[in-house]
Amino acid sequence: MEYKPIKKVVSGNYAAAYAALHARVQVVAAYPITPQTSIIEKIAEFIANGLADIQYIPVESEHSAMAACIGASATGARVFTATSAQGLALMHEMLHWASGARLPIVMVDVNRAMAPPWSVWDDQTDSLAQRDTGWMQFYAENNQEVYDGVLMAYKIAETVNLPAMIVESAFILSHTYDIVEMIPQELVDEFLPPRKPLYSLANFEEPFAVGGLATPNDYYEFRYKIAKAMEEAKDVIKRVGKEFGEKFGRDYSEMIEKAYIDDADFVFMGMGSLMGTVKEAVDMLRKEGYKVGYAKVRWFRPFPKEELIEIAESVKGIAVLDRNYSFGQEGILFNEAKGSLYNASAHPLMKNYIVGLGGRDFTVKDVKAIAEDMKKIIEKGKVEEEVEWYHLKR
Amino acid sequence: MVDVNTLFGKTKEEAKPISPKSVEEYPEAPISLGTTLVNFTGDWRTFMPVIDESKCVKCYICWKFCPEPAIFIKPDGMVAIDYDYCKGCGICANECPTKAIAMVREEK
Ligand code: SF4
Ligand code: SF4
Repeated sequence: MEYKPIKKVVSGNYAAAYAALHARVQVVAAYPITPQTSIIEKIAEFIANGLADIQYIPVESEHSAMAACIGASATGARVFTATSAQGLALMHEMLHWASGARLPIVMVDVNRAMAPPWSVWDDQTDSLAQRDTGWMQFYAENNQEVYDGVLMAYKIAETVNLPAMIVESAFILSHTYDIVEMIPQELVDEFLPPRKPLYSLANFEEPFAVGGLATPNDYYEFRYKIAKAMEEAKDVIKRVGKEFGEKFGRDYSEMIEKAYIDDADFVFMGMGSLMGTVKEAVDMLRKEGYKVGYAKVRWFRPFPKEELIEIAESVKGIAVLDRNYSFGQEGILFNEAKGSLYNASAHPLMKNYIVGLGGRDFTVKDVKAIAEDMKKIIEKGKVEEEVEWYHLKR
Repeated sequence: MVDVNTLFGKTKEEAKPISPKSVEEYPEAPISLGTTLVNFTGDWRTFMPVIDESKCVKCYICWKFCPEPAIFIKPDGMVAIDYDYCKGCGICANECPTKAIAMVREEK
């Protein structure tokens, strides 16, 4: 069948719901939280209209939503859920159960700032706080990447048997409409065949227990298996991303999407929707003679250390834009990036710009101002203020 | 009464857990056949109960109180401990009216 995309004007949340539908998910359990709610509403609409054969499990909290997803996934079903901020935090304990039991659940997290003060706007701290739960994390730049990300995530997750989180910005993507090219069902089915589970609790012939007690004699080895699967996921991500590109025209074979790296003095590095703004600004800055590039981190877990080292080898500076903050240290991506380069031969000048927390607007003008600052740093050859709270009212 | 030795059609010998020697031998996910039947709680022990048969009056209080249960009654009526499941809690030794059970530090 020849690929002819079906174009729809949808919000990021609807893109996520359509992707779940096209991935033929069998079970959805979720609890509504702004701004995630419309993902689940759309899925409910699919079910009500007879478009999908999905078992929807109503629950009373996100903790239960993830628990239900874990149970369903352990029977071999393809499972989906979505959440945001406080809801994701409430799921935290269960996230470990999902990865520990090696269940390829796919979840969309609508990136939203943590309270208090109460906020429903964009900020990456909620998902990055789940960094160590054993979930893979993909940061979508736009609605198209939300859709593509969910489809690829199932294939990757079901290959390495680890859960995956697709992260989209609150309101910037979740509630704004954009053209999304969707893939005809038959082609999605070809790309994403039914799940072949590692084990299934629905196998009544051979009963077994999942996640029982492991003494100190055995626990260690199971952790290592997860670490190894995460490492293997890098190759799977690149392979699946390449296949996606060959089949549907959008290539995701790089875990860090980059441009103008070869002759750039410095690059902007960041994740998610803010990189759309950066890409636009970089194109303009290039025309004005600035030697800049960008490196958009698509997958934060597993962390693309090798790709980052390659970039670091060819630039003099990296401006890391963090829409998040780890109190007592610095921006989380900045911290990861610096750590990854410690034993590498290249040590470009690195500065951390904390931007856009709690939905603060981040524009092309801001990127230009940061470019000016970086230019000075490169000329001086040193970074004076390592972490700058960019928007702070002074 | 359910005979735990033949649960899931497996005798206890057949159900003995493989004791993986290298990380490759472990299953990808933490699953196990049966539950405590094959996950021997005997691994937990620091002190092991040892029965002095000469002091035992066959009251079976230890058999009744063992939480695992790891104490069984042999055909000759004497009690014996299944060390694969005994977690070394010492309840049996505490309850035995004739002090026939001693808790002895185990060298592993
Ligand atoms: S020490 Fe505890 S587990 Fe072991 S036989 Fe005695 S009561 Fe049972
Ligand atoms: S409680 Fe003591 S005396 Fe009674 S059966 Fe057990 S070992 Fe024997």
